[in-house]
Amino acid sequence: MSELRFEGVSVRYGTRRRGMTAVDRVDLTVPDGAVVGLVGESGSGKSTLARAAVGLTPLSAGRILLDGEPLRRTSGPRPVQMVFQDPYSSLDPRMTIGDSVAEAVPRGIRSADRRREVARLLELVELDPSRAGAYPGQLSGGQRQRVALARALAARPQVVVADEITSALDVSIQGTVLNLVRRLQHELGTSMLFISHDLAVVRYVASEIAVMYLGRIVEHGPAAQVLGDPQHPYTRDLLAAVPGWSPAAPDTAVPPEVAAAEPADPHAPPPGCRYHPRCPVGPLARPEREVCRTTEPTTDHRHAAACHFAAAEQPLARAAD
Amino acid sequence: MTTSTTFDAPAVAPRRSAARARWLAVLRTPVGAGAGLLLALVLVLALVAPLLWSGQADRIDTSAVLQGASAEHWVGTDALGRDVFARVLVATRLSIGLALAATSIAVVLGLLLGCAPLLLGRRGGRLVTAGVNIAVAFPGLLLALFFAVVFGVGMTGAVLAIGFAGAPAFARLSQTLAAGIAERDFVAAARIAGVGRFRVLLRHVLPNIGEPLVVNATIGAGGALLAFAGLSFLGLGVQAPSYDWGRLLQDGLSGIYIHPVAALAPGVAIVVAGLAFNLFGEAVAKGIGLTTALGGGFAPGRASRREATRRDARRGAATEDQGLPVTDPGPEPGRPVLEVQDLSVTFPGAHGPVRPVRGVSFRIGRGEAVGVVGESGSGKSLTALAIARLVEQPGEVTAGRLHFQGADLLTGPDRAHRRLLGTSFAMVFQDPMTSFNPTRRIGRQLAEVAQEHQGMSRGAALARAVDRLRSVRVPAAERRAHQYPHEFSGGMRQRAMIGMGLMGEPSLIVADEPTTALDVTVQRQVLDLLAAVRAEDDVALLLISHDVAVVGQVCERVLVMYAGRVVEDLPADQLRTGARHPYTRALVAAVPDMDVDLDQPLPVIPGRPVDPAHQPPGCAYAPRCPLASARCTDEDPALDDDGAGWRVACWHAGEVAADRDVPGAAPVALALGERA
Repeated sequence: MSELRFEGVSVRYGTRRRGMTAVDRVDLTVPDGAVVGLVGESGSGKSTLARAAVGLTPLSAGRILLDGEPLRRTSGPRPVQMVFQDPYSSLDPRMTIGDSVAEAVPRGIRSADRRREVARLLELVELDPSRAGAYPGQLSGGQRQRVALARALAARPQVVVADEITSALDVSIQGTVLNLVRRLQHELGTSMLFISHDLAVVRYVASEIAVMYLGRIVEHGPAAQVLGDPQHPYTRDLLAAVPGWSPAAPDTAVPPEVAAAEPADPHAPPPGCRYHPRCPVGPLARPEREVCRTTEPTTDHRHAAACHFAAAEQPLARAAD
Repeated sequence: MTTSTTFDAPAVAPRRSAARARWLAVLRTPVGAGAGLLLALVLVLALVAPLLWSGQADRIDTSAVLQGASAEHWVGTDALGRDVFARVLVATRLSIGLALAATSIAVVLGLLLGCAPLLLGRRGGRLVTAGVNIAVAFPGLLLALFFAVVFGVGMTGAVLAIGFAGAPAFARLSQTLAAGIAERDFVAAARIAGVGRFRVLLRHVLPNIGEPLVVNATIGAGGALLAFAGLSFLGLGVQAPSYDWGRLLQDGLSGIYIHPVAALAPGVAIVVAGLAFNLFGEAVAKGIGLTTALGGGFAPGRASRREATRRDARRGAATEDQGLPVTDPGPEPGRPVLEVQDLSVTFPGAHGPVRPVRGVSFRIGRGEAVGVVGESGSGKSLTALAIARLVEQPGEVTAGRLHFQGADLLTGPDRAHRRLLGTSFAMVFQDPMTSFNPTRRIGRQLAEVAQEHQGMSRGAALARAVDRLRSVRVPAAERRAHQYPHEFSGGMRQRAMIGMGLMGEPSLIVADEPTTALDVTVQRQVLDLLAAVRAEDDVALLLISHDVAVVGQVCERVLVMYAGRVVEDLPADQLRTGARHPYTRALVAAVPDMDVDLDQPLPVIPGRPVDPAHQPPGCAYAPRCPLASARCTDEDPALDDDGAGWRVACWHAGEVAADRDVPGAAPVALALGERA
């Protein structure tokens, strides 16, 4: 397995004048054998980054390296494979699951071996190999997602990108897929980029966590550290918003402008720090922090947090907890 | 490694046989049967007519020139004394054959052009698309005439002309269909798996667009038939001594004032054959719905949400019919806002009626917040729709009692109910994008409610709309009232939706997964808003969610639904540790939170939810339940009240709950293996 590295990756959609930058100069490394969890809200560019990694979306700047080599479009299965969010759309309804998996098995294998390989893969994802002739319509969502995983693994990938693979599933089934992902990752040592909006899910699967906001990575570090000691105010907000079991305490400390703030429009990202219009410790709450409106923060803080006041806010965040 | 995923359906065949069953179902409709029969007749005639009647059709009889209809010559004779009826019959083969040949040219060429963008990549694809767009803009007959001149007068020329003229329309159709399929994730997955463009087209795209193309080709054949008759009639098509219907029509027309039937007969033949093709195509298109390629299954909740038609509900003896235990609607709080007893929703299914909601009973008191949780397919959304009287035909709602604010919704005039629900009842749906009309301004859509139900003037209604938007904390409410739904973010739209509910003076807000489509940070804002609205006006809330944690946070009481029944009704603060029903415990345990032990597998619920069409006789949860005994599989437990308002439907209620430190289901579920 191998290391996947994004270097200054940007992805733009649309024309020069009326386009939007979905991913903006992202540097991110998925180390060999590690699972990097990528979190962020919808519109933050997580899925675009995933699609760029597998070559479904062209880059407008930067490059993606696999073990130091630029990703090349070769014939045959690509070295980076992807599992999609919606298992109802990611399997061809007119094709048996066996055929779907077999399609990704590298060429040049005799058909008997290919069948054996499909059976092995189905078994690997805890599906009965005798069901290879079933159509996706006969399977539950969780089972379909296993088939999608088997197909990704059939290509013998060096890195697997999992894009919100449990968000279309019921909670009761979500666990089975997450357990499977973890087991496979332990057994095969696959490097993974695991994308989810659910911090609890990411926490369970990932060894490192990267937080994305409006096309940029705003914090990145080992999972336990990012969750236990978040540096960027956005990460802290995300953590506070996770529904827990204690009755939600209304945020009295947050100024009303911040509480009512709408998610920023990716078509017109704000200048300076992109989080400043929603930031509870930014210029809205503390008028003296004008620098947030004008200057883009550097990332030379702990966890590469892109916040001017990452270090300064440290004690306050602890006190709030 | 163990593999023991069990499936209940037999393996391969169903999909194929389902397709066949669909085609057979088409032939069973009156139109389908009639058109099918007619088409078969025309095709058989095309095959056998020249064999049987060509002698008669070609026999020249100078003694019987240009005769009228008689017993010997049913529709008379032509200028050489040949029997016109026989000629019309014999001409079937050439007419149909040429039409089919032209259609196949159109289909093949259209498919090639339509699929070319997938094969050529972006730039080449755009070029082809632009070319097709220009060709589509030309009238078909004009193209046909143009090509007829280019290819020369005659049969071959006409076939090519009509084939080429029909191609752009087909190209456009297959282009659109193929582009729709190419966008789907399974095509992306195939590309990542290294499947080449050509193979993607053959294996993934064509099979999924086949049905609509076949249907349109059938209809196109009818059109080609007409066009061909037209060309021949104009003298550009079939040339003597060959003849088709158009040719015969032209021959007959010269004597139309003397022998009208000689012209009418080929005309009728053209109409009948054209109708046969068109009707058959239409019937098949309607029968297979043209959406079947995208799969789908039994989803009453989704299907019925689209349009709000009022359904007549009957006081039903639903419970007795089904042998379900009578459910106790729980303690009577003050004066309940909503009182539901034995509510059932039934849909007709392939093998008898399907009942996704079976005897649901509960009460909601004034200002109370009640949550409903359950897996998808548990009937929670359908329950809400049934209360709001939004279950669409052919769904049928029955209930022993359905009282809203003391008014019986099962009896009494329709208008009064609509008014009552319109002003005192608010509904918030999962996807705020689809619940607003995208072409109208938000403010006006809100104002409409007040105009319709409270008889306010236009201006006053709009003023109230702005006021209500302000009350749901939409910033710059005045300005935003003049914006369209797409100018609102998801969270803002959901606020506006709640604001719409507040246009009247609701005593109950039903929110069906109101935050599922939203990000966590926005989710909290919307939930806070619902809580604030509730506290301000003492409004009751029925919050439906798959997210146990959200419900536990917002609500006071929680109804847990499984397989169309309420299996537990408990105080929300007991949800996490005190639940008595094993399903509730398993559901709670399955939610990962920020304290999950990273060294343990996540607890799961083994097995899969019950198919509403195959409800077991006993407790529906028994096959997945770690506590299930023989009694559970035989007898459905009643939803019993413990005297303090805590209701649970389980023969083994609370058996593991003695040990409250451990979320009950987790260890058992693991012991059973973690597969679904």
